[in-house]
Amino acid sequence: MASKPAAALLATDMRAKQVSSPPPYTATGGLSAGSGIRQARRILEQVADPEIPVLTIADLGILRALRWRHDRLQVIITPTYSGCPAMQTIADDIRAALNRNGYTRVEVITQLAPPWTTDWLSAAGRKKLLQYGIVPPAGSTSKQSLRVPVTGLACPRCQSANTEEISRFGSTPCKALYRCNACLEPFDYFKCL
Amino acid sequence: MSSDLFQYIIRLGDNALINGQRLAEWCGRGPFLEEDLALANTALDLIGRARMLLSYAGEVEGQGRSEDDLAYFRNEREFRNFLIMELPVGDFAFTTARQFFVDAYDYYYYRALQDATDTTLAAIAAKTLKECEYHLRHSSEWMVRLGDGTAQSQARLTRAVAELMPFTPEFFAADEIDQVMQEQGIGVDLDTVATLWNNEVDRVLREAALARPPLSFTRGGGRQGLHSEHMGFLLAEMQSLQRTYPGLQW
Ligand SMILES: [Zn+2]
Repeated sequence: MASKPAAALLATDMRAKQVSSPPPYTATGGLSAGSGIRQARRILEQVADPEIPVLTIADLGILRALRWRHDRLQVIITPTYSGCPAMQTIADDIRAALNRNGYTRVEVITQLAPPWTTDWLSAAGRKKLLQYGIVPPAGSTSKQSLRVPVTGLACPRCQSANTEEISRFGSTPCKALYRCNACLEPFDYFKCL
Repeated sequence: MSSDLFQYIIRLGDNALINGQRLAEWCGRGPFLEEDLALANTALDLIGRARMLLSYAGEVEGQGRSEDDLAYFRNEREFRNFLIMELPVGDFAFTTARQFFVDAYDYYYYRALQDATDTTLAAIAAKTLKECEYHLRHSSEWMVRLGDGTAQSQARLTRAVAELMPFTPEFFAADEIDQVMQEQGIGVDLDTVATLWNNEVDRVLREAALARPPLSFTRGGGRQGLHSEHMGFLLAEMQSLQRTYPGLQW
């Protein structure tokens, strides 16, 4: 059987919450379709991740595409971890940000393929993570296995490489917990996925 | 055909759901903070996987049932998970051994399922595989740590492995649905998965200094909807809120 597009997945609970807000705005924000998309992208690039607020969804690489389907703006996102509770909040925040800016008919679609990888974290995102005290993913996922523990991470406070993993699972699915043996402070590591 | 596919997806979804539900019981009760986080995070991955699979099962069925309808409004006999998933959490050694057996199975199963001709299942498998790998690494390490640990930890893990091993042949018992799905390029070859699983289990048990117990009997029936006495209690807890207030949201 020709299966359904992966885009249809998980979309049931996130689909087409249409907010009927009054004029003066039109569905396209009063702009032509093309500039409407560009403007929408600029709006969405400001939407922050609810758990790591220094990162936007664009930094995280979970914002995959924007397109018009008739008078509806479709926002395609991809989940980080299957069970990441932030995804629901992110979908709500996307709708709210666009609604606030005059896009009244917004549909958030979750797309699974290709699966999200930390390789999609932007360079700006990596820098912001480090400044926030979270060590960004080391290297590229294609070059390392999740099964090999990551060693020699530089402490975000004192730069010492004398660090060790203390918990493979952290406060959110995307992080592991490390400790610096030089300054003795713990720090988060954004796992390579 | 589409009802075979529905059943096939439901089995995968129920395994993830029931395993996740059991594992979530550890939340706030882990042996120490780091492990508490690990167990809860793993449970979250499993429930996320169950959501993807049950949503897709509902689409394939085409009767308008959502992931929630399938999770909360089916009765015991309609669940298709392996019996091993529904067994009570037991002690930490029991949870570790179960997770190891299941993680190793999931890892090789979803690795093969990535090549399914059904693009949605292939996408779910590719997404899931990364998480399975992480889970397997974690549970394998605990197997070695407990098995090659103190007399106490070794005794508990030995007992857990002996209790759980009879439930594992159910992983590989192919039936008609598996055959139909495999012929269509969707289902995976369970014999291949069995070989890989056995090698992985032997390798880790050896490293954990544990002998693999001989199989004197086997347990199964979950895939036919014939569950253990534990399943009703699990469902009662999992479903009571939605059954009391159907459609409740927060
Ligand atoms: Zn330091």
